[in-house]
Amino acid sequence: MSEQLKSAEPNINDIYDEVSDWHVNAGGSKVVAKRMSGRFRRLKWFGMSVWLIFFIGPYLRWDGKQAILFDIPNRQFNFLDITIFPQDIWMLSLTLLFFAILLAAVTSIAGRVFCGYFCFQTVWTDVFTFIETRLEGDTPQKAMKFKNAPLSVSKISRITLKHTLWLAIALLTGVTFAAWFTDAYQLWHDFFTLQASLAAWIVLGMFTVGTYVFAGFMREQVCFWLCPYARLQGVMYDQDTVLPAYDAERGEPRGKLKKGAVDSSKGSCIDCKVCVAVCPTGIDIRKGQQEGCITCGMCIDACDSIMDKTNQPRGLIRYASYKDLHHNAAPAALYKRPRVLIYSFILMIALSGVGYGFATLSTTEFQVIHNRQPVFVQLSDGSIQNRYTLKMLNKTHEAMEVKYAISGLDGATLHGIDESVIIEPGKVIPLQALVRIPDDKLNTELEHLTFIANVVSKPDISVQYESIFMGPK
Amino acid sequence: MADNNKNPHDCPDTGHEWDGIRELTNPPPRWWTIALYLSGLLVLVYFILYPSLPLVTGNTKGVLGWTQINEYKEDMEKIEAKRAPFEDRIEAMSAAEVLEDDELLRYAVGSSKVLYGDNCAACHGVGGYPQPGSGYPILADDDWLYGGTVEKIIETLAKGRQGMMPAHAELLSEAEVDELVQFVVNNSNGEATEAQWKLYNEKGCVACHGADAKGIQQLGSANLADKVWRFSGEPDEIRHTILHGVNAANDPQTRIAVMPAWNEKLAVRLEAEEYGDDPEEYYEGDETERLSETEIKKLAIYVHQLGGGE
Repeated sequence: MSEQLKSAEPNINDIYDEVSDWHVNAGGSKVVAKRMSGRFRRLKWFGMSVWLIFFIGPYLRWDGKQAILFDIPNRQFNFLDITIFPQDIWMLSLTLLFFAILLAAVTSIAGRVFCGYFCFQTVWTDVFTFIETRLEGDTPQKAMKFKNAPLSVSKISRITLKHTLWLAIALLTGVTFAAWFTDAYQLWHDFFTLQASLAAWIVLGMFTVGTYVFAGFMREQVCFWLCPYARLQGVMYDQDTVLPAYDAERGEPRGKLKKGAVDSSKGSCIDCKVCVAVCPTGIDIRKGQQEGCITCGMCIDACDSIMDKTNQPRGLIRYASYKDLHHNAAPAALYKRPRVLIYSFILMIALSGVGYGFATLSTTEFQVIHNRQPVFVQLSDGSIQNRYTLKMLNKTHEAMEVKYAISGLDGATLHGIDESVIIEPGKVIPLQALVRIPDDKLNTELEHLTFIANVVSKPDISVQYESIFMGPK
Repeated sequence: MADNNKNPHDCPDTGHEWDGIRELTNPPPRWWTIALYLSGLLVLVYFILYPSLPLVTGNTKGVLGWTQINEYKEDMEKIEAKRAPFEDRIEAMSAAEVLEDDELLRYAVGSSKVLYGDNCAACHGVGGYPQPGSGYPILADDDWLYGGTVEKIIETLAKGRQGMMPAHAELLSEAEVDELVQFVVNNSNGEATEAQWKLYNEKGCVACHGADAKGIQQLGSANLADKVWRFSGEPDEIRHTILHGVNAANDPQTRIAVMPAWNEKLAVRLEAEEYGDDPEEYYEGDETERLSETEIKKLAIYVHQLGGGE
C-alpha cells in the first residue's frame, strides 16, 4: 500500500498481476474433487437419498392403479384416490408457488441448501463422480496419472465400465421419468418389446442423453453457466444468512507448516488447499462468497479434518453469517427478519390454498352458459324462450346418471332435456336446454334462475348453477 | 480452455497494436466452437431434408418431400378418420333415427355448427336469429312456414323456397288496407272482430292464409294467428307487405323471400319417392348439389333443434 502511494503513476499492469491467478474454468479443465468423509458428506448422502422417491414412486400401486400418475393424454392427475382435473389446476400453481418460495425462504436462512444437498444436478453429478473416482483415482493427481497412462486393457476396461455405468444410470433416469406419466410396468414392457409410443422414446432419449451429458461431462459448468438460480441467490442472502465461510480473521495470514508444526506467527490456515481439492465446483472458499459455491459443506469437512490433525480448534471454515464473521454478532432471530416473515406469510397462504382446494375438491363441475345469439326468442304462443348450454363434468371414477331441473323463476319450464343423461367418468357432456316462460309471467327483461343437476344414483350429489333469463324490454 | 489465457502479458497476439492495445489471438472456448460447427451442420442437414433453394422453375423439394399443404392434408385425414364412424352411421340412418340416438345427435349438432356458419348464418344469423328487419325467417322459434319436422326441413334445404304473395296496392282501397292491417295486428292477440274476419275472407286472404288464418304449410304462407312475425309486427310494415306482396312480379318494392336450393338432385329424388316413382325418370341431368345429402341431413338436424324441434 505504502509503495503504491509513493508511486505517482501506478503501473496499470499491476491489476493483471493482482488477478493473475483468477481462474475461470469454462469446461477446459475437469474438476476432480477429492472425496472425504465427514458430517456434511453424511448430510449430503442423506439429502441425496430423497431422490429415491423419484425412482420408487412410479411403481407404487393404489387400488390396482398407479398411485401417482400424471395422465397427460387424459388430462388428469391421479394421486391415490384423488383425481385432479384441469379445472383444479390452480392448486398446482399454488403448490409450485409454495416450493418456489420455500426455496427463497431456505436460501435466505441457510443459503443454497437446495443446490448443495438436493438439486438433481448436484446429486447425479455426485453419483457419477463417485463412480469415476472409484475407477480412475480420487485425487486430481491420480486422475491425471490415469489419464496420461498408456493404453492398457485395465485402462480401457475401466473407462468402458465407467461409461456403461453412467449410461445405465442415465437410462434408468429416463425410464423413471417417463414412468410418472404412464403406467410404469406397462412402460417397461413396452420399452423391452420396442412398442413404446414415440413420446416415450423421445422422453427416454432426451433424459438419457441429458443425464449422461449434464452429470457426466458438464457437471459444475451447469451451475456456473446454465442455472439461473445460482445467479439469483445473491439477492436472497442477507447479513444473517448462514453460509459455509472461511474465517479470514482467524486464518490469515496463511502460512505453511514449519517443521511439522503450525507457524505461530501466522494465522490458522496452513494453506494446505484441501478445501479447494474437495470442492465439487473447483472454487477456493477462502476468496469469499462466490457464484460457484453450492454450499455443500465439503470444504468444512476437509478443513475440520486438517484442524484436528494440526491440533487447532475446528471451524476455520464453518457455516457462519456475515454478521458472525465480521461483527462477531449472533444472527438475528428468525421472527425479526422481514424477509423470513414475508416468505413465511406467502408459504402459509399457498399451503392453506392447497389445503382448501383438497378439502373442497368436488365430485362434479357444473356450468350453464346462457346463449347470446339470440338472447331470447318469442314463440308463436307469445312465450319467451332462452337457450342454454349445460356442461356437467364427472370427476368420480363411476358413470353418473344426471337429471336436470330449474327453479327460482315462476312459470318457467325446462325443455329439450327431459330424460336423464349418463356421464362417463372424466367426461363432460354438453347439452342444449331450452327454458320457456309465458310472456305475462315475465316481469323484467332480466331474471335469475337456478339450474339443478341431480345425480340419480347418488342423491347426495346435487349441484346448482345460477344463470339468467332474458326477455324483451 | 487450457490455451485461454486471461493474462495478456504472455498471450500470443496478431502483431497489431494501437496505442498500446494489442489484438490477442485467444480462441473462443472449444464448446462454443463445437456448437457453432454443429449449428452449421444442422443448417446443411435441414437444407437437404426440406425445401430450400428457390430456383427459376420452383424450389428444391428436399429429401423428405415435406410440404405445408401435405402436412395440413395429413392432419385433416386424421380428423376425418376420427369422424368417419359417426359420419358413416349418419349417412346410413334417416334423420329421424339420428334424432333418437343421443350420442349421434350430439355429434351431428356439434359438427354442423361450422356447416351452418358457412352456409346458413349469412342470412339466418348465428344461432338462427337473423338481423331484425332483415326479412329472413327466424329459425330459433317454433314457427315453421313449411313445416318443422326434420323431413320437411330436409325438403326445404334440398329444393329451396320462394315466398309468394301478390301485391294488393291496386286491388284494395286504402280503407280496406287499413282494416286488414288492424285485423292482422288484432288477430295476433286473438282479438279480431267479426267485420275484420269478413273482410279477410272477402278479399281472398283466406285462400292462402287459411280459414283460421294460421297459414298453410304446403304453401308456406305465414301464420297470422300467432305472435311470430314473418317480417315485422309494426303496422306500417304490415301495410307494406299487404300493398307490395312478397316476390310479386312488377312491383319493385315487393318483399324478397328466396331460399336457394342446396341439393336439387336430392329434391328431385324426394319428389319422385313421394309419388312412388323411379327418380331416374325425373332427373334432367343439370341438378346442382351444393351440399351433400349427409350435410343436408346434418343441417336439418341442427336447424331442427335450434328452436326445440317439431
